[in-house]
Amino acid sequence: MEQPEQLSFDFYKEQPQIVRESRDELRLKLGEFAGPLDLLLYLIKQEQANIFDIPIARITDEYLKYIRLMKHLDISVAGDFLVMAATLIEIKSKMLLPKEATEEAEEELEDPREALVRQLLEHQIFKNAAQMLYERTTVEQAVFPRGRIESDENNSETNASVFDLLSVFQKILARHVEEVQMEIERDEISLADMIKSMRKRIFEGKELNLLKFFEEMHSRREFVTAFIAVLEIVRTDSVKLMQEATFGDIILRKV
Amino acid sequence: MLVCVIRRTGARQAVAPTIITMDLEIEEKQPRSISEIVSIVEALVFVADEPITVKVLADVLEEDRETIEAAVEELKQEYEEREGGLQLREIAGGWQISTRTEYHEEVRRFLKTRPSAKLSLAALETLAVIAYKQPVTVPEILEIRGVQSASAIKTLLDKKLITAKGRKETVGRPMMYGTSKDFLLQFGLKDLSELPSIEDFEDLAQGM
Repeated sequence: MEQPEQLSFDFYKEQPQIVRESRDELRLKLGEFAGPLDLLLYLIKQEQANIFDIPIARITDEYLKYIRLMKHLDISVAGDFLVMAATLIEIKSKMLLPKEATEEAEEELEDPREALVRQLLEHQIFKNAAQMLYERTTVEQAVFPRGRIESDENNSETNASVFDLLSVFQKILARHVEEVQMEIERDEISLADMIKSMRKRIFEGKELNLLKFFEEMHSRREFVTAFIAVLEIVRTDSVKLMQEATFGDIILRKV
Repeated sequence: MLVCVIRRTGARQAVAPTIITMDLEIEEKQPRSISEIVSIVEALVFVADEPITVKVLADVLEEDRETIEAAVEELKQEYEEREGGLQLREIAGGWQISTRTEYHEEVRRFLKTRPSAKLSLAALETLAVIAYKQPVTVPEILEIRGVQSASAIKTLLDKKLITAKGRKETVGRPMMYGTSKDFLLQFGLKDLSELPSIEDFEDLAQGM
C-alpha cells in the first residue's frame, strides 16, 4: 500500500493529512481545527485582501477551487465546507444584484458580506487569544512548586488512580476472556511468588508497565493473582501508581 | 491568662477581693511580631500543596486579613530582593512558592520531567472561546469557531480545565461551560481578570 500523500494546505501550521480510510476512500484529515472559516482567513491573507472589503467574487472563486481540488482527489469534504460554499455564492450573487430603489426613505441596505466579516473577525480574535494561551503555558511550564510531601498522599488523586487501575483491569479481563487458550494444567503461581517477582522487576527496572505485565498472564486465575499482587505492593511498598494521560498505560514506579 | 475575682460575701469583715489566676490549657498568647508572622506565612505557603489563600492563612494564624496581607507583601518583597532561585507569587486566588523561570532547564533535568503534552490548536481555540465567553453553551461555541468542537470539549473536560456551570434557561436547556481552578493554575493566572482584555485581540485581528 502506498504511503498516504501529504498535501500542504498551510492551515496554521498543523499539517492536514490524506489518509487511506478504506480501499477506495481517501479522507482529508483536517482535524477539528481547520474549518471553512480557517480556509477563508487563509485565502484572504493569501490574496492580501482587506477583510473589511472582501473581494467576494475572487475569494469565492478561490474557495471553490479548493473544494473542487479536494473532490478531484476523491477526498470527502465535510458538510461545513459546502455550507460555506453556498453562503459565499449567495453573498456573491447578492452583491451583483442591482440595488433596488425604494420610494420611501433611502434605506441603507446591509452589506451582504457583513455577517460573514463579523464571523471572520471573531474567529480571528479567538485564534489570537488561543496563541496567547499557548504562550502562557510555555512560561508556566518553566515554573515548579515544591515536590510532594507525605501529607499529599492523602488527597483524592492517588485514590483515583486505584479506580483507574480497576478500569484497566476490567478492560483487559474483557479482552483476555477471548484470548485464554487451553493450557495443560500447571501449578498456578502463588500470590507470594507473584509479589516477589513483581518486586524484583520494579526494583531492577525502576518501573513496571502494568498493562504489559497483565498481558503476560496466561490464565484468568493468574491475572487475578497479579492484580491482587499490585494492590498489595501499592499498599505496602514505596511505589507510586502513575498514569501518563487519561486512559493511558498505568506504571508502577519505585519511589 | 484567665483572671477570676472572688469576693467573699457574707463575711463579717470586709475583705479585699482575692484574685486567683487559673492556669488553664490556653497557651499564653503574646501578640506576634510582624517578622514572626512573615516567617510563619512563609512556612505555610511552602507546605501547602496548592496555592494558599489569605483567608486560610488568617484562620490558621488567628490574625486578621490586613495583617496577613501586609505580611505576604513583606514576604514577596523579600523574595524579590533576594533574587534567589525561588519566587512568591499569587496564582489561582492564592499564594505559592515556586522556582523561577530562569532555572527551568536545570530543574527539569533534575526532576527528569518532560514538558507535559501541550493542547492541540483546536482545544486551545475552544478553551479561548470558553475562557472569554463563559458561561457558554456548545451551540454558541460552534457559532464562533465555525466547526464542531465536541472532541476538543471532551479533552478540556478530561484535563479538568473546564467544568459544567449549569444549564441555560432557554429552549432545550443546554449545558453551559466555564473554566476551572486548574485552568488558572496551568496558565499561571491569579484570577480571570488577569486574562488580557479581548480588545487587545480585536486590534490584532483588524490589523490583518
